[in-house]
Amino acid sequence: MMSVETEINFKLNGREVSLRVPATMKALAMLRDRLGLTGTKYACGEGECGACTINVDGKTVNSCLMYAVDCDGREVVTVEGLRTPEGLHPVQQAFVDHGAIQCGFCTPGMIMQAQHLLENNPTLTREEAKRGLEGNICRCTGYTKVLDAVEAVADKNGRCSHG
Amino acid sequence: MQEITTYLAPRRLDEALRATADGDATVFCGGTDLAPQTESGVRQYKAKLLSLRRIEELGGIEAEGHEIRIGATTTISEIRRSSALAEIAPVLVEATEHFASEQIRNAASVGGNLCNASPAGDMSPPLLVLGAAVELACWREGAVRTRRIPLEEFFLGPGKTAKLPEELLTAVVFERPVVDFVGRFRKSGPRPALEISTVSVAFGARIANGLLRGVRVAMGAVAPTPLRARHVEAALEGKPLDAATIAAAVAATTEDAKPIDDVRASAWYRSHLIQVFVEEVLNDVRRN
Ligand SMILES: Cc1cc2nc3c(=O)[nH]c(=O)nc-3n(C[C@H](O)[C@H](O)[C@H](O)COP(=O)(O)OP(=O)(O)OC[C@H]3O[C@@H](n4cnc5c(N)ncnc54)[C@H](O)[C@@H]3O)c2cc1C
Ligand code: FES
Ligand code: FES
Repeated sequence: MMSVETEINFKLNGREVSLRVPATMKALAMLRDRLGLTGTKYACGEGECGACTINVDGKTVNSCLMYAVDCDGREVVTVEGLRTPEGLHPVQQAFVDHGAIQCGFCTPGMIMQAQHLLENNPTLTREEAKRGLEGNICRCTGYTKVLDAVEAVADKNGRCSHG
Repeated sequence: MQEITTYLAPRRLDEALRATADGDATVFCGGTDLAPQTESGVRQYKAKLLSLRRIEELGGIEAEGHEIRIGATTTISEIRRSSALAEIAPVLVEATEHFASEQIRNAASVGGNLCNASPAGDMSPPLLVLGAAVELACWREGAVRTRRIPLEEFFLGPGKTAKLPEELLTAVVFERPVVDFVGRFRKSGPRPALEISTVSVAFGARIANGLLRGVRVAMGAVAPTPLRARHVEAALEGKPLDAATIAAAVAATTEDAKPIDDVRASAWYRSHLIQVFVEEVLNDVRRN
């Protein structure tokens, strides 16, 4: 498929970027192949697994379904943007501490979604974490340690008791 | 296969409609249907690709007046979080609960859901029981023209609607339900999340002096389009919601539901499940 190229400008992990993309290119391909940000993973390519989850204007979406041109004028955060100068983001650190990572392929998407959930509901329950992570599939961990990691952050955020 | 020659992301509706006036534009909002359909090749792009997401007048929920209006680009997440809709039309909010995943809901629009015209689209049954209409707009003789058609008449077949190629769906509208309106939605799939409905059913009615009035029943994934189940409705209208009425309604489902075998379920299973759902939904209303 031939397609016209369009210039887009947007904020990516806090920095302004500007590039030309084909109209049909997906945000995932742009991030990985054009911008070299390979933290965001390509797995199913159909919105089923969440490995490609990114945050756009404060909401998580599947970058494999999002048109790259639709990033124009928006604020995009990928897993590479979570780390602060002080070190890993608390959600990243919790995944490390709780062994919530095996092969790691689902991890960037899982962390992006978990971070989004915790930002909107800092003291969420295990049940709320489960519902919120429904769009993220993991073939290795069995989810228990992922949920433990998310709960540990909720506890640090001042959650009273386990939900 | 055609080359995309123009990409547009207008901010005003009239600009968008001028661009679609020749019928040679592919439009999208969230892209959650368009992207997989074009990737797999079941759908081809037209010469222009047009994003609707920046058109402010196509977004937002107006729930103050007698008529409720949900803009075409309103996301499923926005409907799910709307406290106004939770109060006025909980049946619609209920249908967002098991819609895909949060990531999809954040991108997916109600207009896209209706225009994709899947027999299993989850916004259709609740909107059908709310008696919704869709607003369609086009650019003709130098002006924006709009028309309205009942949602029921909008669906013509899988992926087929009464929308003309030059038209855009601008909003879905319905009358504010009366205060004693009760509504229910039930959908099934093997998992609670990321499931296209195997079957779905929505129910809406008033209960006045113990009798059902203004009954609307809608079903998904049991026919080429989402549909109003007229025989089930007739079995309920004006009746008390007792065991005999429920049995008659369950028996009537076979008149309305004409499911097919496909990858998700057999026709036999769907016919069975829709009966179970009608029974469950009615029993649930009866208990509460
Ligand atoms: C993994 C996955 C899970 C899903 N789960 C569900 C589910 O549980 N329930 C469900 O109902 N759906 C589900 N879907 C389907 C899809 O997410 C929905 O149909 C969604 O609402 C489509 O909205 P969109 O904005 O992304 O549409 P788009 O893909 O942008 O558009 C869909 C179609 O409508 C047209 N269109 C869009 N807006 C307009 C408009 N305003 N005027 C005219 N034409 C328009 C487009 O040209 C296209 O043909 C799922 C999809 C995926 C990928
Ligand atoms: S790669 Fe995007 S959801 Fe699986
Ligand atoms: S750790 Fe391997 S898929 Fe989740």
